Amino acid sequence: MLQSKTFVKKTKRGKILKVVREHYLREDIYSGSPLDPECDPASFKLSPDAQRYIVLDTNVALHQMDFLEHAAVTDVVVPAIVLEEVRARNQSVFQRLKALTASDFKRFYVFANENHKDTYVKQDPGESPNDRNDRAIRRAAEWYSQRLPGKPILLLTDDAGNRTKAIEAGVEAMSCAAYARLREDVPELSDLVSAGLATQAEQREVGGGAGPKKKRRVFEDHKPLSEVTAGIKAGRYHQGTLRVSRFNPWEGYIACQSVEQEILLSGRGALNRAMDGDVVAVELLPEEQWRGPSAHLPTQAELDAADASEGEEEVLGEDGGAHIAQVDPGEHYPGVAGAAGGDDTSAARQPTGRVVGIIKRSWRTRGYCGSLQPPRVPGASHGPGTASVLVCPVERRYPFVRITTRQAATLSDKRIVVAIDAWDTDSLYPTGHYVRTLGAIGDKETETEVLLLENDINTAPFTPAVHACVPPLPWALGEAEAADPARADLRHLPVCSVDPPGCKDIDDALHVRRLAGGNLELGVHIADVTHFLKPDTAMDEEAGRRATTVYLVQRRIDMLPKPLTEDICSLRSGVDRLAFSAIWEVTPDAQILSTRFTKSIIRSREALTYAEAQARIDDERLTDDVSCNLREMNRLAKILRARRSERGALSLASPEVKFEIDTETHDPLDVGMYQLRDTNQMVEEMMLLANCSVAEATLGAFPACSLLRRHPTPAPRQFEPLLRAAAAAGFAIDASSSKTLAASLDGAVRASDPYFNKLVRIMATRCMTQAVYFNSGELSVPEYHHYGLAAPLYTHFTSPIRRYADVVVHRVLMAALGLAPLPGSMRDRPRVADTVDNLNVRHKNAQLAGRASVELHTLIFFRGRTVVADARVTRVRANGLLVFVPKYGIEGPVHLDDADRAGKEGVSSSAPAAVDSAPGAVPRFVYDEEKQTVSREDGGVAYTIFDTCAVTISVEETAGNRRVLALRLTDRAQLPDGERMG
Amino acid sequence: MEYVNTVGLRLDGRRPNEIRQLRAEMSTLASADGSATFEMGNTKVLAAVYGPREASNRAQTDTSKATVRCEYSMAAFSSGERRRRGKSDRRATETSLAIANTLEQNILTELLPRTQIDIYVQVLQADGGMRCAAINAAFLALADAGVPMRDSVAACAAGYLDGTALLDLNYTEDGGGGPEVAVALQTGLHQVLMLQTDSKLSMEVFEEVVELASNGCRAVAEFLRTTLLAHVGRLSLATSIAKSEA
Repeated sequence: MLQSKTFVKKTKRGKILKVVREHYLREDIYSGSPLDPECDPASFKLSPDAQRYIVLDTNVALHQMDFLEHAAVTDVVVPAIVLEEVRARNQSVFQRLKALTASDFKRFYVFANENHKDTYVKQDPGESPNDRNDRAIRRAAEWYSQRLPGKPILLLTDDAGNRTKAIEAGVEAMSCAAYARLREDVPELSDLVSAGLATQAEQREVGGGAGPKKKRRVFEDHKPLSEVTAGIKAGRYHQGTLRVSRFNPWEGYIACQSVEQEILLSGRGALNRAMDGDVVAVELLPEEQWRGPSAHLPTQAELDAADASEGEEEVLGEDGGAHIAQVDPGEHYPGVAGAAGGDDTSAARQPTGRVVGIIKRSWRTRGYCGSLQPPRVPGASHGPGTASVLVCPVERRYPFVRITTRQAATLSDKRIVVAIDAWDTDSLYPTGHYVRTLGAIGDKETETEVLLLENDINTAPFTPAVHACVPPLPWALGEAEAADPARADLRHLPVCSVDPPGCKDIDDALHVRRLAGGNLELGVHIADVTHFLKPDTAMDEEAGRRATTVYLVQRRIDMLPKPLTEDICSLRSGVDRLAFSAIWEVTPDAQILSTRFTKSIIRSREALTYAEAQARIDDERLTDDVSCNLREMNRLAKILRARRSERGALSLASPEVKFEIDTETHDPLDVGMYQLRDTNQMVEEMMLLANCSVAEATLGAFPACSLLRRHPTPAPRQFEPLLRAAAAAGFAIDASSSKTLAASLDGAVRASDPYFNKLVRIMATRCMTQAVYFNSGELSVPEYHHYGLAAPLYTHFTSPIRRYADVVVHRVLMAALGLAPLPGSMRDRPRVADTVDNLNVRHKNAQLAGRASVELHTLIFFRGRTVVADARVTRVRANGLLVFVPKYGIEGPVHLDDADRAGKEGVSSSAPAAVDSAPGAVPRFVYDEEKQTVSREDGGVAYTIFDTCAVTISVEETAGNRRVLALRLTDRAQLPDGERMG
Repeated sequence: MEYVNTVGLRLDGRRPNEIRQLRAEMSTLASADGSATFEMGNTKVLAAVYGPREASNRAQTDTSKATVRCEYSMAAFSSGERRRRGKSDRRATETSLAIANTLEQNILTELLPRTQIDIYVQVLQADGGMRCAAINAAFLALADAGVPMRDSVAACAAGYLDGTALLDLNYTEDGGGGPEVAVALQTGLHQVLMLQTDSKLSMEVFEEVVELASNGCRAVAEFLRTTLLAHVGRLSLATSIAKSEA
């Protein structure tokens, strides 16, 4: 049967068009239930034993996804119109709904109601599309009840009007909350019901003391979208993506093209319910109200006062404990992102604004990790029954979330995941609902789970489809590969690999040999992952999504299945492995004469660790092949390195730490600085050489679709913190180019203080921008530059086992060599852009997760321990210092008033509650920005940047069940001799 | 845009291997020697055939066989947006040539030396697949004109979107950016008369798409056959009535 759909639409040019589309109605659409005698067995999906079949309404699909995903909600009919509407409204919910319909356990059956001859409904004249769709859903439910008279059909909808009409038509209808109550077998279902507007109204009806009270308005209404877009067009408002401070949910920035500087949004009212990642419209405040970020470290008293004035019973954003040193480019400690400085200096002021509308919410569908806020009255516990509680998120950049739960008592010591549903003007905090429990607070596994979830890292095991792409073990070199003329047999070469100890995924191996003419042949052999990882397979898609292997302190989350990473691809010693080799002919003084790339077969002679390799280089008595080659390679690497520094490559430092892990409990036993050897640099140098050569080769062949990596030159103002700090220490740093910067960093040496130079380099790292992947077609050639390496071209080629970028580069290089066609997806610009964005985001997330894991293990290490350690002042503020503890790689704030009092009381085991000091007793300190010095008014104590000091480190539990490292200044005399540096 | 949804239906409710509803009518114009309208869903094409007749241009007269010419154009009102598309339009010229070329191979031109056959094709309503509809309409019009032909010709297109081969793309699917392959077959002789595509596609996909399009052609041929039979039935009835009256 044929129906014609006619509608009117407006073209881009503003013309009005009448569009006529065909719409075929079919007879071969079935109910999907075995109870239906006419149903085609191929489309059986619903279980015949289900208590009832649920027909889904669009509003439920859109807002109650967590509820629908619960294992107890099964046998659901999803009318196609619902799927269609969800797709138009929210892509991420659509993906989740699609996953549900694909699942065999959930039994979600998509019923193509729009194409079924009996359930198609035509829009009545004057009927809105929404009403028509509601009617279509009711019609589908009706059809089901006629088709399956023996089975109760339930229309699940949160729209009261729809429910009434359905009941009139003889179909049972219920809201999600009502259905959850009906399912007494699964009490936690109620918690999963989103506290959307409809449900709230219902809760009020149902009664129960926990219903929200009538509250006064806290926030201003958002402007309607039409007004916002008009305002942006007229230049009254500015649009941008909000980034909230990592330390304070009420301070954020947006960068937008219409204003040169970033716009500061400070305070609850100015943020007006916007959260990190939201696209917002901002109105600038008049210039006299502009302000700078605070020069003070936020103290508990201030935050308390701020909270009290808003009349909410909650403690927020305690003064931030110590963190693992964030040597992340571009990241700084609270509120020093901008020009920095004091509140009063007008130079430090920056455009300040307030949010007038939210253009796009970016509430995470995967939810936020947090824990219940304990009741205000100590000792009181959450009673049974439904309770409204606040959830304190793990990440400080998010506000508290109010949820309604029946399991408050059992959840109080758990880490849970909550999703945010709404944020009304009369509510200080967003409302959300419980999603699931992760485990007990403080437990290592739970906290690891938290950090993985917070960084959106997929830890799910690989699907069977992915495993099906892996060749069976034991894998051995096949005939076909050995006979392939394009694959060079390099098994005779003395190849060896050098990696960190315990490394199982060996990506790279090296060789060097003397050629007849006196020149040398240098080879870098990279695991030939793309031989096994073919484009557009399930494994390729999964790897592309994961984008990188994530390394945590005690665990590794692989990008590829284990058999590939640890065996088939890994260039282990003594076995034949496939490789992609880059081979250079170089003169004895490391001048490159020629470069070639080839697929190859290699057999690694030895898999060494950095330490072993170093030992063999140092031991002059060893004259075997591998040792001599290592020595030769080391010599070449040193020349290459010197040449690179000559060009202006920076040598930066980051305080990497290493844990010694107990093999039984997996708890950290000791923390120490990671030792860098010559061999680390040797391998690094070879990899850089390979990467640069590959970048050139791929770009030469495909100027418009090569994947490269660039490192943008930092803006001069990013160097300001470094320049100021160095100036205070009496050094001038010239950051006008990477070359001058490298030279000034080399010059920043204090004879008496060997660690000083490293400290300066760590600071310099923080001024850097982030290096990013990009598609060569998207930028102009000068923008390809890699600042840190002072290389015009750079890419990633050397770790295809653990980075997807390298896989892409391998494929492009294969195409450049004519070994395989360029995958079609590389020519599709928008698709490449998506891939590149994903690579950058995942890369960043993996870094953050790795660091969070280090932080977690540091906390575990310090649990129940109080340690006195040597520290250095890295920043001076009016009421405190930021100090860095090199031994543990910890950086954190210390408050001078604390230190002062601690000095009087005698230190070591300072009480955990030391933060709630009476404001009156604070001694006055004078802050000199120029000299980066803070001194007591009476001239007693003074601290200058780079000063050494001693701190006690201990773990403190703060509000919201966050555990933080607390640092307190101590007398240096307390420092054990072994701990003293410099 | 999702061109094939979760339950395997396309935007208009068809399955990937289904063609749109076909309709045809013959002898729709009294003044032409042969004419037909042909509809594939919302695509509607009118074809008129003049000839075989004496070649108008003496210089171009072929003494060994008939000359087949085609003029393809789209009516200004054929697409939603009113646009003037003349016959000098490059796309139209190219389509004209393709149609003439396809049908010339099927006409027994050697039986009609020194003549020319003019085929005029006008798209009345455009909703994708115009080229194939034009060939089908022209074939019916030629048959109506009594032009001797080797076999029946049927044309159908297929495309590839969302990793699925789709038969007989409509306008929306046509705009989906995927490749489209138009195929015209002599269905009795199993000969390919035309195979056109403007985009790159890999060998495997190409074979899948061409196979699907050929199946489409067979379905179209079946429909054309019934149309012709019904038409001939009507004609013979009319003739027998005329004879009995005479």
